Amino acid sequence: MSLQALLNNPMEPTPFRILSVKRELHDCFTLTLACEQIPFHFAPGQFNMLYVFGHGEVPISMSGNPNQSDLLVHTIRNVGSVTAALQQLREGDFVGIRGPFGNSWPLSEAKGKDIIMLAGGLGLAPLRPAIYHILENQTHYKNTTLCYGARNPEAILFFDELEQWAHRITVELTVDSAGPGWSGHVGVITDRLQQQAIALTNTIAFVCGPEIMMRYSAYALIDNGLSADRIYISMERNMKCAVGLCGRCQFGPYFICQDGPVFSFDKVERLLKIREA
Amino acid sequence: MSQINFLQKVRIDRAQIDTLFPSLKKRGYSLIGPKISDGAIIYDYLDSIEELPIGWTDEQEAGTYRIKQRGDQALFGYSLGPHSWKKFLFPARKKVWQGQKTSDGNFKTIQEIATQSQRFAFIGVRACELHAIHIQDQVFMNKQYQDAEYTHKRTDNFIVAVNCGQAGKTCFCSSLNTGPKVSQGYDLVLTEIIDDATHYFVVESGSERGLEVLHELSFESVSNSDLEAVERCIENAIGQMSRAIDTTDIKEFLYRNYDNKRWQELEKRCLTCANCTMVCPTCFCSKVEDTTDLTGDYAERWQTWDSCFTMDFSYIHGGSVRVSTQSRYRQWLVHKLASWIDQFGTSGCVGCGRCITWCPVGIDLTEEVKALRLAEWEAINGKS
Repeated sequence: MSLQALLNNPMEPTPFRILSVKRELHDCFTLTLACEQIPFHFAPGQFNMLYVFGHGEVPISMSGNPNQSDLLVHTIRNVGSVTAALQQLREGDFVGIRGPFGNSWPLSEAKGKDIIMLAGGLGLAPLRPAIYHILENQTHYKNTTLCYGARNPEAILFFDELEQWAHRITVELTVDSAGPGWSGHVGVITDRLQQQAIALTNTIAFVCGPEIMMRYSAYALIDNGLSADRIYISMERNMKCAVGLCGRCQFGPYFICQDGPVFSFDKVERLLKIREA
Repeated sequence: MSQINFLQKVRIDRAQIDTLFPSLKKRGYSLIGPKISDGAIIYDYLDSIEELPIGWTDEQEAGTYRIKQRGDQALFGYSLGPHSWKKFLFPARKKVWQGQKTSDGNFKTIQEIATQSQRFAFIGVRACELHAIHIQDQVFMNKQYQDAEYTHKRTDNFIVAVNCGQAGKTCFCSSLNTGPKVSQGYDLVLTEIIDDATHYFVVESGSERGLEVLHELSFESVSNSDLEAVERCIENAIGQMSRAIDTTDIKEFLYRNYDNKRWQELEKRCLTCANCTMVCPTCFCSKVEDTTDLTGDYAERWQTWDSCFTMDFSYIHGGSVRVSTQSRYRQWLVHKLASWIDQFGTSGCVGCGRCITWCPVGIDLTEEVKALRLAEWEAINGKS
């Protein structure tokens, strides 16, 4: 979809055909859409508005490879009426798309640095385009570490890929709780960070997950000596227009759809401390 | 006197206002101005000057609004009603998209037949309201993505402003430097001078097209006493204002007072009815609703005014971010007076006082700011 179309009427969804639906977890699925007429370019960390005809619209980050502009990939959890309607869709059905919107993970700034990624739950999905980018441009970056935490082993997203990635970058997995079949780590993600004893002198961090997990992760990184302006988190708020007009996604002085969703921690730390900000 | 210049003040008789209306109409403008409806002075389409609230004024206090006869024939002798001009520029409800399912399961956009966009002439715009329009211009027109309809309407929007001679009891524009004198953004500005013996207007044009319209009226030069009358009119309005907001350091003050004890008081009083955001001339938040017809094959997308006072406003999966009443009032006040400055370079408040008048329980933001300042002082210095 072209920028011009968005500028003409930013509220107009463009239909994209579903190529495949993949069940990821019991409540989580990935839609791969075909970009048939024009390639769809986006930067890792950006999001689209996904529209189910007549049902409504939700903001969802891209979870696919930013180099594959013929495919548009979104990983979605069924948490409400629109995402439930999205889960009903099958191959050949159509999804309305507006986007791409928002800013992205600072991959240029990360060049020549160690990258540490902290992901919690579905927070791995918005980081996956950045991981693909890093794997394809590994010479630009120094050591990359991904610490991923899920509630339990059954809730680990992209498990097969995590195993593949582990051959090329450091992957640390942990779960909050597990049964007898799990031989990996149990505990919160910040514990894994302590284990890493990462040299944080020339490091940049990308953190994505529930707000509380991002806060604690950021403070753990700061405790390890990383400065707040080198820690990036991806924020979420209710969005309607995604183009800075509807006012719904305000977070202090920011419009998350325009100024975010990715923020350096020093910009939002004050706001994250305030209850119901 | 046959020729006048830009920004030159002239005097016209009351009867000349009768000529002003057709002069604007023949230029293709839809006339919008004050009229009486349901016991209030509202803004609506006007056909003739007789529809203006001639001889009427309003009495306002926190949570109170009444109209009453003035005892004269003033055209603009009221202060402000519940409406603002935003309802014409940024309608409370508008269709932003429509689509139809196609036989292959896809859908397509149905292009709206382009109707001739309305060109509005606003009659009787106060200084505070003109500031409010300029504030919404920043929101809707000055970004990468624009509200096309708003932008179109504002591109050719004739403004007949009126210097305020009648401030309401809930007004506080003078403390925000947004009035009562009109300073910019108008095509014509009128000052109404009325007493037992005379009824006339001092007029000034602020644009080429304003000057053109003014030349169609019969005018005479102004005397010193006319100019003095204009000053008296504005001084009178300033004198009528008893409320004020101390804007010293207001952004930093509110940013450091998210935990101020005073917010808890709002928990007990605010009904989260959203009236303040509906009457506010700068509040711009909206929601989007997707619907279908009964077949499910035809869908529409509507944008409607929304309010940060609703639970739905901040809802994300799992619940609303702002559950408590105080957090929603705090969001509104801090946005209006502080974070707006970061976002758009100006305050979001113009001191029109509508949120005070139309609050069903009479919450007054000028009082709240004072109380917040006092509570901060007491938290640092102890109760005096």
